[in-house]
Amino acid sequence: MGSIQQFIESVFRFYADGFRNMSSWGKKAWLIIIIKLFIIFAVLRIFFFHDFLGNKFRDDANKSEYVRNNILKPGN
Amino acid sequence: MIDNFDPGLIDWSRAQFALTAVYHWLFVPLTLGLSFIVAFMETMYFRTGKEEWKRITRFWMTLFGINFAIGVATGIILEFEFGTNWSNYSWFVGDIFGAPLAIEGILAFFLESTFVAVMFFGWNKVNKKFHLISTWLVAIGANLSALWILVANAWMQNPVGMVFNPETARNEMVNFWDVLFNPVAVDKFLHTTSSGFVFASMFVMGISCWFLIKKREEQFARKSILIAGVFGLASSLFLAFTGDSSARTISKVQPVKFAAFEALSEGKKNAPIVAFGVLKHGEKYIGSKNLPEFVFKIEIPDLLSVLTGGDKDAYVPGIIDRVNGNPEKGIMSVTEKSEKGRTAMNYLLEYKKQKENKATERVNILMNKFQEKDFRDNYFRYFGYSYIKVPEDVIPDIYGSFYSFHLMVILGFFFIMLFALSLVFLFNRTIEKQKWFLRIVWYSIPLPLVASELGWILTEMGRQPWIIQDLMPVSVAVSNIGKGSVQATFWIFTILFTSLLIAEISIMVKQIKSGPTH
Repeated sequence: MGSIQQFIESVFRFYADGFRNMSSWGKKAWLIIIIKLFIIFAVLRIFFFHDFLGNKFRDDANKSEYVRNNILKPGN
Repeated sequence: MIDNFDPGLIDWSRAQFALTAVYHWLFVPLTLGLSFIVAFMETMYFRTGKEEWKRITRFWMTLFGINFAIGVATGIILEFEFGTNWSNYSWFVGDIFGAPLAIEGILAFFLESTFVAVMFFGWNKVNKKFHLISTWLVAIGANLSALWILVANAWMQNPVGMVFNPETARNEMVNFWDVLFNPVAVDKFLHTTSSGFVFASMFVMGISCWFLIKKREEQFARKSILIAGVFGLASSLFLAFTGDSSARTISKVQPVKFAAFEALSEGKKNAPIVAFGVLKHGEKYIGSKNLPEFVFKIEIPDLLSVLTGGDKDAYVPGIIDRVNGNPEKGIMSVTEKSEKGRTAMNYLLEYKKQKENKATERVNILMNKFQEKDFRDNYFRYFGYSYIKVPEDVIPDIYGSFYSFHLMVILGFFFIMLFALSLVFLFNRTIEKQKWFLRIVWYSIPLPLVASELGWILTEMGRQPWIIQDLMPVSVAVSNIGKGSVQATFWIFTILFTSLLIAEISIMVKQIKSGPTH
């Protein structure tokens, strides 16, 4: 148990030291990553990219029926 | 229902997907290739123990890190688009697309959170061997991650290993290995990753040439050119080999695309390969579709027959054969395929009606019909042709296909020449004196990326009208959503990705100008 705790602590220290001593380009890159992920998940995902079928139907049977109707040509 | 979709919605959805994919692909090839180059350099450091190799490794690793950080997660947007803009398609492909993408997601997460961290945070904290192994695992993992995406794309070009279930309206995977070892997937993986290696090699070589032009860090530049030159030459030769293999596979599974990128209107024996040519509006038509002809061309006699049929007398079918059919050569016409597709469509329609009438026995018979090999191989495989209104609709843009293919190939041979020359100049110790060569390589940095994007344009535009070859046209795949929303996100992406690209280039330029650390 003690060795697992030591391992987790050393992994935590490894990441913490890495972030603390990061170069200036690294800090800029992380800032860009955070802004980008915010735009992707908090803006685009929430406001623009809904799960079209998931929002329209609760279960798979209804989704199947909707798509089946869509792929069958009109007039048939 | 499909006919009621606004054609503008389809065009905007396609434009948005193309924009996202093209921008995403600006970042990916450098990650694929530079990861291996950095691994080679660190291996040199590990084996020789020379600090110069460590310096070289850390410099290129920094550029790899910048590109990795800017590019990471740009592909997620493509997955959003599948669910929102292409819901019919996403549902229809079922778990065939989901499984490879899920594997890719899990692999990428573990790769990025562990070994990339060791690469950047681990210098002087973990032992040299573990650090080297982590660098190699990042390179291998990044390329394996690409494998799954490419397997999914290959399935769209050549759908295999599945059975359509009329109850769920989905294709269900019945043979994972058929999907994984789809001949298109194998070719695509090898060809696409090696194109990334070529771009990364040119990137390293071009920047190293810039240092030589500036008379800075000359030893660093020569050693970098050595690694990039050898890796680039091997990769570009392999790229030509896999390109040839890809073209042969396409001639079998996407024959209209093949005829279009060769601009081969009429089939012939002793078919020459066109090294390059210029097309003009031709005299022949299929329906309303004009078949262009050459203003001039440089061709190698018989080579297309040899490459596709293994014999100079082999008949190579042209666009006319593929559309109108050629019974003598055993080629089915689009009209015949449409009839078979309509048969499959009628079975699906009957399934729907019988299900509504609760005719369980007939429903079960029809369900079994979709499982039968004969039905799958001879009818359902042409399902998409039931939507084709006129035969010429299956012909993609011939001009776009021809030029994107031929420019890509010409650039490919240009890269082989540059890499070979770099090694010649390096070994006869004259590279610093070849100012013209240094400048050409420096200016050529973006060209492999251009070639790679041309390859994707050919892949995707040459497949039109299909989103899934022979099974589903693009027009059927799209969701019935507002065009305005797609237009808005198109412009958001344009701004977002352009900003990311500007950020990447500016951070990189700053790092390059400051040079490797001492």
